[in-house]
Amino acid sequence: MSELIAFVQERYSDIFTVIWQHLYISAIAVIAGFIVSVPLGIVLTRTKKVSQFVIGIVNVIQTIPSLALLGFMIPLIGIGTFPAIVALFLYSILPMLQNTYTGIREVDPAMKEAARGMGMTDLQILLKVEVPLAISVIMGGFRTATIYTISWATLASLIGGGGLGYLVFTGLTINNESMLLIGAISAALLAALADILTRKIQSICTPRGLRK
Amino acid sequence: MIRFHNVSKTINQVQVIKGLDLQIREGELFVLIGPSGCGKTTTMKMINRLVEPSSGTIEINGEDISKKDPVQLRRNIGYVIQQIALFPHMTIGQNVSIVPKLKNVPSQECERRVDELLDLVGLDPKKFKDRYPSELSGGQQQRVGVIRAMAADPPIILMDEPFSALDPITREQLQDEFVRLQKAIKKTIVFVTHDMDEALKIADRICLMKDGSIVQIDKPAQLLQNPAGEFVIEFIGPKRLQKHLREYNTSQPPGEIGPLQTGTSKSGGVR
Repeated sequence: MSELIAFVQERYSDIFTVIWQHLYISAIAVIAGFIVSVPLGIVLTRTKKVSQFVIGIVNVIQTIPSLALLGFMIPLIGIGTFPAIVALFLYSILPMLQNTYTGIREVDPAMKEAARGMGMTDLQILLKVEVPLAISVIMGGFRTATIYTISWATLASLIGGGGLGYLVFTGLTINNESMLLIGAISAALLAALADILTRKIQSICTPRGLRK
Repeated sequence: MIRFHNVSKTINQVQVIKGLDLQIREGELFVLIGPSGCGKTTTMKMINRLVEPSSGTIEINGEDISKKDPVQLRRNIGYVIQQIALFPHMTIGQNVSIVPKLKNVPSQECERRVDELLDLVGLDPKKFKDRYPSELSGGQQQRVGVIRAMAADPPIILMDEPFSALDPITREQLQDEFVRLQKAIKKTIVFVTHDMDEALKIADRICLMKDGSIVQIDKPAQLLQNPAGEFVIEFIGPKRLQKHLREYNTSQPPGEIGPLQTGTSKSGGVR
């Protein structure tokens, strides 16, 4: 225990640097994933045939072991932070795409019919009815994606992407238990904090009439 | 006035509506009734173009609706459905003012209209306007469903089994209120139901359908007195027929009531 404290006291600026790196590669990956997958998920609800195809592809990406996906990045775009972000971005797509697609698809058809019957245009039905009714499910996908990405980001250091993985793997290599533990504990804490934060975001986004 | 000219609808090679000719008069409460699958709902949904006819034309006040923009058409036709479908993420006030807002009615005017309509169905605006649908009972929700359809003051309102999801007592209450309301507002209402008691209670005219065709169109009293054929008698139900005729007998001078038998009606609604 005292070794741990000593390690933190000695290396706190390095620790903060890797935590910061970890956070920003995760955040960029998830936000980019969100920007891509939510509109894509909505578009897919309009075309059944294409949707099966696209969701199939994304599912395949998801089944590639994360280490292997990071490995693929090296010949494709080299090493460093950017390839790590790309790999994490690819991973973050599936939960958000799937939740957006399911959330919108499962809006009660009676709601859509009432909206259409009242004279809403397709866009108005989407923005005023479908998205508000699905937003909680969509943000659930965002939450899953955020937590997963933060834990996967630990692997980013393997291709030179930095982050808390750096402490974990270096700690393993040089047999420095304090370093290893600090890396692992911080990663776990970050994931837990992300869970709390995204839960909050999800409930803020849920329209008042739908909150339980 | 709504007029159907030889309207047919084919879905998956099955003709669900067979050459319908129909006139709905201005200000009348017109009930479409029949067994499930008879095409009554399809017929109603063709009026606001939620369903497009395969052939034939539908006119509203002499204008062919297939030439109109469906979105604009629907904003001028109220629509109430069985599932009520108040939007759960909007307050009662927001739900009621949807169509006026779509039509860019100024928000002050919308507010005023919401209050007026809530008052009309006995829901205190102060108390209910800012509540969410989940906080209301089924009967209250469908009252809101009905006034939501009236909010932009459309000349025509379509109602698809609006009371059938309610419990019997609430249903009776809403029917009574609805009859009273219609006396005041005098809209052209097309009302779909499968409940003959409801139809007899509220209708100005009843249109009985079977397998995509009209069997008889008549005033409730005439439908009871001169049912056009076995199917009509069977659909009304002999017991109900006797009961209503007895009630009718006691409220009308004797002599005017025809015997209970199959025949054609005098008003010529038989097809």
